[in-house]
Amino acid sequence: MTLFFVVTLNGLTLAALYFLAASGFSLIFGLMRTVNMAHGALLLLGGYVGWSVVDATGLWALGVLVAGLSAAFAGAMVQIGILGWMQGDELRQTLASIAISIILADLMLWIWGGTTYQVRTPDWLAGGTRIEMLGIGYATVRLYLIGFALAVGLALWLFIQKTRVGAVIRAGVDDQDMLRALGYPINKIFILVFAMGGMLAGMAGVIAGSALSIAPGTDLQFLLSSLVVVIVGGMGSVGGAALGALLIGLAEQYGLAYAPTYAAVVTFVIMVFVLAVRPQGLLGRAEV
Amino acid sequence: MRLLFVLLPLVLVPLIANDFWLSQVITRALILGIIALSLCFLATYLGVVSFAQVTLAGVAGYAIAYFGPNTVGLGIPLPLIVTIPLALILAMLAGAMIGYVARRSRGIYAIMITLAIGVAFFYFTRQNYVLFNGFTGFSGVIPPALGDGNWGDAVPLYYLTLLVATICVVLVQGFVRSPLGLAVQAVRDAPGRLLALGIPTTLPIVAAFAFSGLIAGSGGILNVWYQERVSSFSVGIGPIIDILIIAVIGGLRHPTGAFVGAIVYVVLDIFAIDLIDRDRFNLLIGIVLLLIIIAAPNGLSQLAIDWAKKLRGGAATSRKT
Repeated sequence: MTLFFVVTLNGLTLAALYFLAASGFSLIFGLMRTVNMAHGALLLLGGYVGWSVVDATGLWALGVLVAGLSAAFAGAMVQIGILGWMQGDELRQTLASIAISIILADLMLWIWGGTTYQVRTPDWLAGGTRIEMLGIGYATVRLYLIGFALAVGLALWLFIQKTRVGAVIRAGVDDQDMLRALGYPINKIFILVFAMGGMLAGMAGVIAGSALSIAPGTDLQFLLSSLVVVIVGGMGSVGGAALGALLIGLAEQYGLAYAPTYAAVVTFVIMVFVLAVRPQGLLGRAEV
Repeated sequence: MRLLFVLLPLVLVPLIANDFWLSQVITRALILGIIALSLCFLATYLGVVSFAQVTLAGVAGYAIAYFGPNTVGLGIPLPLIVTIPLALILAMLAGAMIGYVARRSRGIYAIMITLAIGVAFFYFTRQNYVLFNGFTGFSGVIPPALGDGNWGDAVPLYYLTLLVATICVVLVQGFVRSPLGLAVQAVRDAPGRLLALGIPTTLPIVAAFAFSGLIAGSGGILNVWYQERVSSFSVGIGPIIDILIIAVIGGLRHPTGAFVGAIVYVVLDIFAIDLIDRDRFNLLIGIVLLLIIIAAPNGLSQLAIDWAKKLRGGAATSRKT
């Protein structure tokens, strides 16, 4: 039973990370129909920047903040500099973002090298916590990570559902042309959403570097998981990203624990099954 | 006729090129070009950019390794006459399966799904030791014997590759003119109308993917003989992106552009060391890719066609005056 609980907690940890990575990806896709293949690179960039800041100052929270902001800036730059003026040509945007991710990944390899980094965590996050109810101990940082993902999810949901800017973004998802016709600065909204997606990815990078570790290749791992999560959960919906992340995170960990040879296939089977039953994803809306 | 025009110099290449150019540059480019051709075929005629073509090549490659000679002591050796058709059939079946899974997805959705399938296969080959021998894969996959040497030697492999590449190009040209090929193009242009006419769209999509599996599989077999090994790295995200880069550089809307892209890619790969640091090849290829997407979204082939048109147009006007 202990194994089951630990595996479940591992699955939830992974799901929390996947959610943080996929929510920004899904948001960008939902609004702009842009598949940002550079999303994983933004996440890794955040992770590296966060590591450097924490290494220099010792302040973990500052690391998360600076990482979020730099990835947000990089995301905004990608939209302003390149993807922005290919708007509407989705295939071209996708290919361009792949080129950007190749360039970013190589630049990061140049700067930070090929070593694996683990972000130093403050004392209150280090060590383990005993969970009496389940009778097991678990890494504190991972428990906080699960809490953090819940908080981010809730904040994101409130922002999109209850604020004015959120309403504009939702309107943009539904009918971009109408929003433009009503005089909303849609290009600025695009940049804002790209920056938000970048920020979420950047923070997720530092947190991934604290709870697990980061290295070249982490970018692709999270890009792929984001893809699968949004395919399963449905594009452009925060709830979908959460549900997809939960399903994939748990399935991956249960798969690794109980059927190691076929762990990769479990994820794949879930994806194929969802595609067969609901091509738009579990919580996605069908394309008009 | 145009094909002969291109083929004649290619047949004469071994007379002038040394072994390095022949095997490291031209043969390699042709093999990559065949795999990229399967992607360009799907992109041009079905309108789907598939990231799973390396996976299909890998299926055929693994089949050759599993059912043929290798040095890892795994698999069931079968005679070559069985192995090759078997590898191609497996690649076609894999292609049909991918097509079936992605049948309702178009554009960017198809990209995401095929990419997810490709990477899932990569992780699967890493974790599975019964069929794929996990991380290390198969080594010592020796090509069939030929005289004193084998088909993997520079000149025989070059002619074999050239022959396969020619057959693949002819096959693509034939397929797109066949009724099934026309149905595939109809799916690309107006799936709704096709359904309204009572023609199901699943069959053309699955057939197009299976056909692309045949082409990618041929490239995959040659690739295994060229490298004499196949492992999870042969089907990883690196090769997947490489094939995409080749197709984009050549032009996604021009099937034969795949070979143009492949030669550019291979030459860049080999001579990057002279331009910049060898370790920064990805930076170079990333920038080249980005520039092509920005300046020539339809690739070098389209660029060449446009220039040719402009030149011819210029000549025509000058004749008039």
